[in-house]
Amino acid sequence: MAVEQERSYKDITTGECIRTVGAEIKEFRTPSILTPVCMIFEVIMEMMIPLLMAHIIDFGVEAGNMGVILRTGTLMLFLAVAGLMAGIGGGVFGAKASAGLAMNLRAKMFRSIQTFSFANIDRFSTSGLITRLTTDITNLQNAYQMLLRMAMRAPMSLIIAMTMAVIISPGLSSVYCIAVIFLGLFLFLIIRKVSVYFRQVFEKYDELNESVQENVSAIRVVKAYVREEHEKKKFDTAVDNLYRMFVKAESLMVTNMPVMQATVYSCILVISWLGANAIINSELTTGELMSLLTYCMSILMSLMMLSMIFVMLTMSFASAQRITEVIKEESEIRNPETPVTEVPDGSVDFEGVSFGYNKSAEEYVLKDIDLHIAPGEMVGIIGGTGSAKSTLVNLIPRLYDVDEGTVRVGGVDVRQYDLEALRDQVSVVLQQNNLFSGSVIDNLRWGDPGATEDECRKACQMAQADEFIENMPGKYGARIEQGGANLSGGQRQRLCIARALVKKPKIIIFDDSTSAVDTATDAKIRKAINEEIPGTTIFIIAQRISSVMNADRIIVMDDGRVSAAGSHEELLASSEIYRDVYESQTGGSGDFDDPYK
Amino acid sequence: MADEKVREIHGPGGRRMAGRPRVKVKNPGRLFVRTMGYMTRHYTPQLVIVVICIVIGVLASVQGTLFIRNLIDDYIAPMLINGSTDFSPLLHAITRVAVLYAVGVASTYINQRIMIYVSQGTLREIRKEVFARMESLPISFFDTHPHGDIMSIYTNDIDTLRQMISQALPQFLQSLITIVSVFISMLVLSIPLTALTVAMVLVMIFLTGYFGKRSGAGFIGQQKNLGELNGYIEEMMKGQKVIKVFNHEDESVREFDERNKALYEAAYSANKFANILGPVNMQIGNVSYVVCAAAGGALALTGITSLTVGALASFLTFNRSFNMPINQISMQFNSVLMALAGAERIFELLEQEPETDDGYVTLTNAEVSEDGSIKPSEKHTGIWAWEHYHKADGTTDYTLLKGDIRMHEVDFGYTDDKMVLHDIELFAKPGQKIAFVGSTGAGKTTITNLINRFYDIQDGKIRYDGININKIKKADLRHSLGMVLQDTHLFTGTVRDNIRFGKLDATDAEVVRAARLANAHAFIKRLPQGYDTYIKGDGANLSMGQRQLLAIARAAIADPPVLILDEATSSIDTRTEKIVQDGMDRLMSGRTTFVIAHRLSTVKNADCIMVMEQGRIIERGTHDELIALQGKYYQLYTGLSAASPQGA
Repeated sequence: MAVEQERSYKDITTGECIRTVGAEIKEFRTPSILTPVCMIFEVIMEMMIPLLMAHIIDFGVEAGNMGVILRTGTLMLFLAVAGLMAGIGGGVFGAKASAGLAMNLRAKMFRSIQTFSFANIDRFSTSGLITRLTTDITNLQNAYQMLLRMAMRAPMSLIIAMTMAVIISPGLSSVYCIAVIFLGLFLFLIIRKVSVYFRQVFEKYDELNESVQENVSAIRVVKAYVREEHEKKKFDTAVDNLYRMFVKAESLMVTNMPVMQATVYSCILVISWLGANAIINSELTTGELMSLLTYCMSILMSLMMLSMIFVMLTMSFASAQRITEVIKEESEIRNPETPVTEVPDGSVDFEGVSFGYNKSAEEYVLKDIDLHIAPGEMVGIIGGTGSAKSTLVNLIPRLYDVDEGTVRVGGVDVRQYDLEALRDQVSVVLQQNNLFSGSVIDNLRWGDPGATEDECRKACQMAQADEFIENMPGKYGARIEQGGANLSGGQRQRLCIARALVKKPKIIIFDDSTSAVDTATDAKIRKAINEEIPGTTIFIIAQRISSVMNADRIIVMDDGRVSAAGSHEELLASSEIYRDVYESQTGGSGDFDDPYK
Repeated sequence: MADEKVREIHGPGGRRMAGRPRVKVKNPGRLFVRTMGYMTRHYTPQLVIVVICIVIGVLASVQGTLFIRNLIDDYIAPMLINGSTDFSPLLHAITRVAVLYAVGVASTYINQRIMIYVSQGTLREIRKEVFARMESLPISFFDTHPHGDIMSIYTNDIDTLRQMISQALPQFLQSLITIVSVFISMLVLSIPLTALTVAMVLVMIFLTGYFGKRSGAGFIGQQKNLGELNGYIEEMMKGQKVIKVFNHEDESVREFDERNKALYEAAYSANKFANILGPVNMQIGNVSYVVCAAAGGALALTGITSLTVGALASFLTFNRSFNMPINQISMQFNSVLMALAGAERIFELLEQEPETDDGYVTLTNAEVSEDGSIKPSEKHTGIWAWEHYHKADGTTDYTLLKGDIRMHEVDFGYTDDKMVLHDIELFAKPGQKIAFVGSTGAGKTTITNLINRFYDIQDGKIRYDGININKIKKADLRHSLGMVLQDTHLFTGTVRDNIRFGKLDATDAEVVRAARLANAHAFIKRLPQGYDTYIKGDGANLSMGQRQLLAIARAAIADPPVLILDEATSSIDTRTEKIVQDGMDRLMSGRTTFVIAHRLSTVKNADCIMVMEQGRIIERGTHDELIALQGKYYQLYTGLSAASPQGA
């Protein structure tokens, strides 16, 4: 799954990235345009200075004209101030544009994720989505700022300096042309090679860190087996490998600096020699020679800068691809054009339903399901891991769409309902459930924002949660940490049940939602629900037979099919799987090898 | 206990700093010296060469700048004056400079090449040392430190150190040498102009401080807002399915927008000030250049000082090369500080006390002679004995390893002021099965942590085959104990490697035998590459049940006489559970077993069940005895007839 996902985001083209990300510039278009304009302006100011320098020397110093020196000096000061304004403008607008783009991208992604169906969420993992919303956005924000500020500046300064050089002396500036081509080619080749090396290095680096992570979390295993030395040896080998790879990559990279230096120095020497000749032949002034030497640095530095920008942009390209993928992701489940907004009753019908998570897989996860459940019926579902119990019930609130057949709620195909209306009437207590930071009552009101405190309390009493909530400091106003970290597993589950009950739905589904609740409390919850909300259709998925024993009907799932259905007594008589599970749970089975044979 | 996995979100750019928070380091000098110590320990000669090379490189570049003066004053100007066309002196000069330049380039290359070995070698050293120290630390360290913090030493701190050693430090040195040599050169050329340049630098430093402070505060705000938004994102993404089920999308977007907006404001203001800093410094540099040009022009013109046109030209170049390193030095200084903050955490870990071990009783292969006396053996006999040397009389005696464990009046607390186990009394004869039952937090896991000395007891005695376990060498004690934990941890490597973890020199046949015993052989056979299937990410490509089977096989191959077992609670279905149970049962057969029991059949067949509550054993006996007692166990049993005896 993960491999597939990676392949797909890497397929997103540069054009698509630019279009998608570019569309989020929106209200920050003005600063996005002003930033490069300011930067160009700043560069022009900066580039004029060597020219004016030459002027001062030629017509001021050498001609003995103090007036020229002062006039030109004043002009230069003025240019510096103008350059400062432009620089500040570029900085401020750049910050605004990049922070703004980041904000808009985050908002766009977050909204896009909110429309995701369960299938979409499964495709990106939770941690994958978090990384995209955090690290990737930050990468892109930095890249955008640099793009606006530097990517304009560097080529501009290259072009201007080059132009100036040509104006001063077309002949001599050909030296720079050769240097630029040489250095450009060299940088291009080296960057290409170095980036391959570094990618490998960082992969190894991540692997190394993963192995440390393993050691930290499995330290009890390491210590229990006295494998500290073994692990050290493994780690040392990995570190030695990493060392070798780093040395290899960096050795190539450090050729950059000396080559750059050598080019600059060669230019200086060649220009000095040729310049001196030109001056003697009265083709050049000393001031002009000095300007040429100054531009030499500008030209080659901006080339270096360009290569850095290039590296950073390629690095952030992967982030842009991942972000684009999320934004472009189309939700697989959408509202119909003329939706049904009323759910008539709590009946559920599966007709010839087949379903698979992976559309390219050969076999469906759920196969040929035919089930008809009357309003108010209590249905227990039991079966091994992978028997598709959760999958079956997830189709009822249309968390996934069927591949074949139809699922009807209240006699209407779920695909014809308004999603919100359907899900308001079909409440699921998910197997992997979450509470959110906030007060107890805040969490309960997820079920119904308008629920009164009494209604919430009532739901909690049914879910056997009222008692422990009353014992919490602050009671219903007590704060719940992120993910319900300050509650026990059983308390979390009971609160999740209460939250679903606050909704007052026509159908309620418990997906293994009392696994951490003891049997007695589990029974109390079922009893309360039975008595308090009699007309509600109830689905209970459970590992324990005792949780489903008293259901009107128990469905035994096996490998994506309904293997048997009926009451407890009927199943004991007819279903081998059911009997197996029952016997293993009530003890007395022969699964224990006597150690004293 | 902090046993859960703390994985850091680590994107492709995760190792770059998202912002630039201001760093506070308590004792930067000491930390710096200590970090340098790692470099000088093995690389002193290399470092000397590096410094020499940096000096040569800087001097070569300075002499080049000086040459521009000579070019105009000594060569071009005289030629212009006397109209000579003899270029040979100039050619000589250029050749001389070219040679010096070549030396400079060569020394730059040499210095950078050497620095790679120095910095990477130093880091290799530090990594190994940190890991070795970490492995030696007691379990209590891992239980009391968030795993994310430990990981961050490897993922962040060592990495910032890498940047400091390989980049910031050499550059810092280079900048410093450049500043000094340029300053001297400027003084030689013109004292008044130098004073002018220095004055401008002071203005620059002042402004840098001002904006640096503003942007520093901004970055703190940005970090705070970023942290809050990321926390919100994490919570919402984890609960995304719940959001869908409860139609809560609009609410979550609304709250998101508020936080997103706040982050935008903070990021904008932080970056704004940081961005202004650059142009301000640059333009001050330009102003400095202009002022010096004008003043220098005036000086050269009026002839008050001996400043020549060529000298002015050189001076102006120096003026530029003076400003640049000053800007850089402040940047490098900050990155050094940041690295030192990381170094502080690294050294903190290195200063942790390793697990102590005063034990001297060791395990040895043994032979039992016909008269029943036990002798040590060089060969692998399959019989093990404790070698117990008595210091008092210099004798050594041997006790057969049988697996008899006794606890007498044991008290224990993770901290001295809060005891969690009280007065624990238990004995397990070789081959017996002792089950612990009780609710979470009753102290079941804690007891098992004492037998293998993950933690040491405060009071009382634990004896293993009659020997106080404090006298047994920890490594040998743990070799004699097998452990299967509730959350199984596997290592990156093949299935075979993972089983062999229990006995490093096991043959392939032994691996298969252990897998068969653990009931794992069947599923391993069905894996794509069988025993050579590569396991990654703690066995993410295996099911929970399969991971447990591998952990059982790992214990089986070690073949210890005593087992500590924590039965898995739920989350595997009944059929897989049965396979796992069978594996566990076969493993337990014939060994002294301490089992934290969650299933009925285990409890029923235990030789003794310890019912624990709040750190005490409140009932003990066989299943039938405890049922007859009608106490807590009876309650647990009848209340949970079909499920785990563990309350919620």
